Amino acid sequence: MTVKAKLFSYNLLDTPIHELSGLTKLICFLLLTFAVMFSYDIRVILAVMVFSFIVLKISRIKFSQIRLMVIYVLIFLVTNAVISFFFSPEEGVKIYGTRHNLVAIYGGMYITWEQIFYQVTKFFKYGSVIPLGIIFLLTTNPSEFASSLNRIKVNYKAAFAVALTLRYFPDVQREYRDISLAQQARGLDLSHKAKFKDRFKNALMIIIPLIFSTLDRIELISNAMDLRGFAKNKTRTWYTTRRMNRKDFIALAISALIFISTILISVFINHGRFYNPFI
Amino acid sequence: MEKQAVIEFQNFSFQYYSQAEPTLHDINLKIYPGEKILIVGPSGSGKSTIGHCLNGLIPFSYQGEIKGSLKINGLETKNLDIFRLSKMVGTVLQDSDGQFVGLTAGEDIAFALENDNIPHTEMHARVGKVAEMVDMQNWLTSSPFELSGGQKQRTSLAGVMIDDVDILLFDEPLANLDPATGKTAIEIIDDIHQASQKTIVIIEHRLEDVLHRPIDRVIVLEEGRIIADMNTHDLVSSTILKETGIREPLYVTALKYAGVRVTSDTLPGHITTLNTDLSRQALTTWHKTIIKQDWRNTNPSILKMEHVYFSYDGKRQILDDISFDIREGEMVSIVGKNGAGKSTLSKLLCGFEKEDRGTIYYRGEDIKDKTIKERAEIIGLVMQNPNQMISKPMIYDEVALGLRLRNVPEDEIAERIEKVLKICGLLPFRNWPISALSYGQKKRVTIAAILVLNPKILILDEPTAGQDFRHYTEIMEFLVEINKLGITIILITHDMHLMLEYTPRAIVLAGGRIIADTAASVVLTDSQVIAEANLKETSLFHLAQLAGISDGTAFVQGFIDYERELKDR
Repeated sequence: MTVKAKLFSYNLLDTPIHELSGLTKLICFLLLTFAVMFSYDIRVILAVMVFSFIVLKISRIKFSQIRLMVIYVLIFLVTNAVISFFFSPEEGVKIYGTRHNLVAIYGGMYITWEQIFYQVTKFFKYGSVIPLGIIFLLTTNPSEFASSLNRIKVNYKAAFAVALTLRYFPDVQREYRDISLAQQARGLDLSHKAKFKDRFKNALMIIIPLIFSTLDRIELISNAMDLRGFAKNKTRTWYTTRRMNRKDFIALAISALIFISTILISVFINHGRFYNPFI
Repeated sequence: MEKQAVIEFQNFSFQYYSQAEPTLHDINLKIYPGEKILIVGPSGSGKSTIGHCLNGLIPFSYQGEIKGSLKINGLETKNLDIFRLSKMVGTVLQDSDGQFVGLTAGEDIAFALENDNIPHTEMHARVGKVAEMVDMQNWLTSSPFELSGGQKQRTSLAGVMIDDVDILLFDEPLANLDPATGKTAIEIIDDIHQASQKTIVIIEHRLEDVLHRPIDRVIVLEEGRIIADMNTHDLVSSTILKETGIREPLYVTALKYAGVRVTSDTLPGHITTLNTDLSRQALTTWHKTIIKQDWRNTNPSILKMEHVYFSYDGKRQILDDISFDIREGEMVSIVGKNGAGKSTLSKLLCGFEKEDRGTIYYRGEDIKDKTIKERAEIIGLVMQNPNQMISKPMIYDEVALGLRLRNVPEDEIAERIEKVLKICGLLPFRNWPISALSYGQKKRVTIAAILVLNPKILILDEPTAGQDFRHYTEIMEFLVEINKLGITIILITHDMHLMLEYTPRAIVLAGGRIIADTAASVVLTDSQVIAEANLKETSLFHLAQLAGISDGTAFVQGFIDYERELKDR
């Protein structure tokens, strides 16, 4: 229980990444994300990706903690790649302005080197955001994150809702596990042996009790919050906030540097958002 | 001049918009500054509704029609909002786990200050000060997972005291606590009352546990009306408790069994004030007349654990060399404080987790290779909260679920359901939606849904949690009936009454080890086991001492035997 419940949620460890303030991490996350979202230069994207893997290593996040999320993201990215190919197989040719056919497929459609290059770039572009997101999520204290959001003028009720969701995630997860086991004891088959249609129906048998017990929980927590004056004023202060220190500024500087370099590379080297190896 | 009441209900009635009848009728009640009041009543008597009216959840969160007047500190509450009320009335809700808003104890205590825009440094200073009052100063950075039930409750208490409210309202403070922690909670409330002279209102149906410390007045509610407003001694000597279905203190029951007339001049409100000069003789005589019952079960073994070890992370041992042998048809309770390994034990039995070492036998056969589904046909598990199990809208479908998943033909299903619904007293409701049932009935539905699989052993996790005396008795007598049909019953519980009255044998866990496996009467009179497992000495033992009966354990066992005799008659 103890180990499994901590999957996917904030863990307090003593690493330089954990020590940064929530606001710093949020800004760094946004800067780096903008950088890879802006650039279609695979060299830049791969560099950011390597950088984020190093940070992942520093923050001592274990692969077992994030395996599930990684698998889902990969499935999503692959599906996305296949679908975007079929919707617009000539995108690469349009962008890079050249045509190098690789193989012909059905009905005069070609797989071109341009298209492959474009899609690989896109794959890594989205792929490199994932480790950044994981680092942010798993090393940031939810309350501190809420206070950071609030400091950059996000409405505190929304910010608190986010924190509360993160705060209760392990509880709901544990409850899901208990309910699932109890239902399996009644004969529910959740394994791959069951048919797809049945598996969906079976999943409902866990979700429904989970929803009801979660609704109970929500009623309780919202009463508790009302009774202690939540949402009384237009602003609120935060018990958990961290002042920015030197480390925060160093982290911000590094992220800003990466962001600016990305822009400069686009403007002065690539003369656009795309890196074109075909000319 | 009459003292100014801090809380004043005048011809106050309240009806939820969702209900056909008013929940509170014509309440007239004055509570004065510095008083310590206990409100008792069975489920549905309106005692929580009174609490909600005091703290403003009515009408802020639960809407309805209010008639009459309720003044707090002389102000009409209808004209106040919940925020202004929360500065006068601080509420500690019953589920200290669910109301833990913060990520750490310190943050949770600070919640009200955050909402008041108190600057960071002042906030930390005030939190530190209040934390000291409830002895939580060393836990401010701990997360709720690391805190015990008692510590969470103390955190909640600090969280409302930080506002320096005039009135502290406790809504069923004992509901989720083990006996020893509950006892401490009552002591903390009393200490704060002594130190601060705040007005204290406690809503609770576990009368005896609250009466561990003095109470100025007890208000008894029934069906939305105040039927008594008196001191503890008068209340305990009256017939009101019996009539309203609130459990009277066990020592009072024992006195009555012994033929003693309990009158208020013997100060029976608390065991510590009770004068036994006149009852000593009667108690001794009664004790001698009880015929000893032999509860030992000599049936063959049905479930046996041998040297079982288990750990989640390979570091901390959750179960450490567990061995016991349960015989067919037994009713056993497994007790111990939170984290002692009780739930893990039941998970191993059901096959949800695998033991690291050791063997589990069912009728002498090793069940290591049986899957969860196969084990469910031998061992059924009923979870604490029925909402965690119910997944169908209709009773019939819910009970049929396990059979349908096993592809049992529909006509056989119908037959088996009819039988099981009959046992569970649910036959008239078989085509009802589950949402129309009470909590106790829902509990029965979950038991029926498990029973229909014909398990030989039933494990119930806290089957009576949060139930008043009447529902508690109903559920437990129902389990006794099932037990008589030959089903072995294992109860995981905190409830000492349940242990004493219903399970001849108790297995006590502490720190993952079995520290006692013996009669409940022995467990609840052994001070070392009591301390290690966070239990509380039963007041019957105290009564035996007062009466000069040297073998207190025998006295407690005698009480149990006598009571069972009465019930079986």
